[in-house]
Amino acid sequence: MLEITPSTARQWSRIGSRGMYGQAILDLASDCEDLVVLSADLGNSSGLDRFKNAYPDQFINVGIAEQNLIGVASGIAKEGFVVFASSFAPFITMRASEQVRMNLGYMNLNVKAVGIGSGLVMGFLGNSHFGLEDVAVMRAIPGMTVVCPADCGEIVKTVRAAAVFDGPMYIRLTGGPNSPVVYTEEYDFRIGKAITLRHGTDVAIIANGSMVAPSLEAATQLQESGVSAGVFNFHTVKPLDEDQLKAICDSYDLIVTVEEHSIIGGLGAAVAQTTASWARRPRQVSLGLPDVWGKTGDYHFLLDRYGLTAAGIAKSVGLALQK
Amino acid sequence: MVGELKDVYGIEQMAFRMRRRILDMSLRCEGPTHLGGGLSLVEIMAVLYGSVMNFRSEDPHWPDRDRFILSKGHGVLGLYTALVEASIIDEETFSQFKVDDSPLIAHPVMNLDLGIESSNGSLGQGLSLAVGMAWAARRKNKHHKMYVVLGDGECNEGSVWEAAMSASQLCLGNIVAVVDNNGFQSDGATEDIISSAQLAEKWKSFGWNVREVDGHEVSQLLTALTSDLPQDRPTCVVARTIKGKGIDFMESNNEWHHNRLTQAMYEKALAALEATV
Repeated sequence: MLEITPSTARQWSRIGSRGMYGQAILDLASDCEDLVVLSADLGNSSGLDRFKNAYPDQFINVGIAEQNLIGVASGIAKEGFVVFASSFAPFITMRASEQVRMNLGYMNLNVKAVGIGSGLVMGFLGNSHFGLEDVAVMRAIPGMTVVCPADCGEIVKTVRAAAVFDGPMYIRLTGGPNSPVVYTEEYDFRIGKAITLRHGTDVAIIANGSMVAPSLEAATQLQESGVSAGVFNFHTVKPLDEDQLKAICDSYDLIVTVEEHSIIGGLGAAVAQTTASWARRPRQVSLGLPDVWGKTGDYHFLLDRYGLTAAGIAKSVGLALQK
Repeated sequence: MVGELKDVYGIEQMAFRMRRRILDMSLRCEGPTHLGGGLSLVEIMAVLYGSVMNFRSEDPHWPDRDRFILSKGHGVLGLYTALVEASIIDEETFSQFKVDDSPLIAHPVMNLDLGIESSNGSLGQGLSLAVGMAWAARRKNKHHKMYVVLGDGECNEGSVWEAAMSASQLCLGNIVAVVDNNGFQSDGATEDIISSAQLAEKWKSFGWNVREVDGHEVSQLLTALTSDLPQDRPTCVVARTIKGKGIDFMESNNEWHHNRLTQAMYEKALAALEATV
């Protein structure tokens, strides 16, 4: 069973989220005989080649047919198997959106839909391949759990937790190879339970996925200029950890949410919607991708453009504190 | 079915009772129902629930039951009446059709207590679900079958063909699809929208074992659904049917695709049905 250590965290970081998903699935297979894994002709891109070779009878490539991917996965799940189905984020959440709605939503079938390469990481492949709106779409479906792990170690945790979680789930994978490490040792991961990574007093930075590591780094940079920032990993966007959020609202006067997703419908929106009716509600600034079709380029160029780097987050926090 | 197997005459009688119930429930709900496409698939449903499928009326959850999916979900008039005939849905539940909060609405809502395997209504999705269930059955070395009823209009949906490719690629001999080929869809004749004239050839070219029958001839349906089904590929029965079958003024009249049955129309329809005996 995979274990998070400083050494494995370093190795996994080099592999990145896609390869790590495949490794986590391979690791899960050894003690989950009911596991069935599906892909829509992106098995290799999902890091599933080793699983496919080791467990050919538990792997199905349905071809380039995401609607069928979700339907077939749902039929298998209906018969009691533990089912993971993956494709690029926009294809699995939007091409097959209505299949997800009917099967995972309306029928509550126990499929874990995995969106690989979400956010901007597809870089020069362009907006056709970006996951800008996937959380918004999945969040809106009743009964859906939405999880966005912070690093490769948390992908392992998420896959393990998802396998024993009874209900449909969307797992959103962000970041690329050589992605930053958040966790270097084992920790308590529970779906729906946010994690306090750093305590502060001036601002609470609430992030998930690829934005957790730069948020932590931003907090370090802010400390140098005398700003005390708390950092919280809200890996589960739905259901949102309201207890943790309430505690944050009671302790801070400013919340900054950070996500590699459209500012519409994602983590920032979920936080704002949840706190909107609360009596004690700090001011909130939502960092994410603007509501536009931008020109595309290298992943890190894009993160920099949209201020989704440690320096960019620190700058935005600084500006928000001045207001 | 487990229990009393019906012969051709028995199934014809069952179909007649189902049509009468369809008229009753359409009148009682005081609103529009999908009469045309419900009436066209009555014999298909009667053959499946009266003879072909294995199930236990007293235990709809029986793991080895054959699975039925109404992919053309608007055909519920044919499904609910078959489930009453099969003694899975009782009269009291049946009388709740289209009552507020009822489990029986205008499209199937998954409810295995009532023998309803899946939620449908969005066309083009049932066959994919059946492919998954069929794969799972084979993986578990189970011998039950998946029966899926699709509409010819439904075959406009690209997702039907994604599933069709998948079923033959995976060699799923435990799937039997029936296309209720009534020649009409919501807006009019399929011929004027997306022609269903070559449906059998299309399914053949997707690797399926295809049989064409008169969808109102019980003996033809029985043979097509039971005899010499290949183990290594799925079977599709393309059933030529008449939309609105059994009620003369509804037959091939697309005004009855989704329409309200008034008391006067009901009486006229009942007389027309009685005249078919």
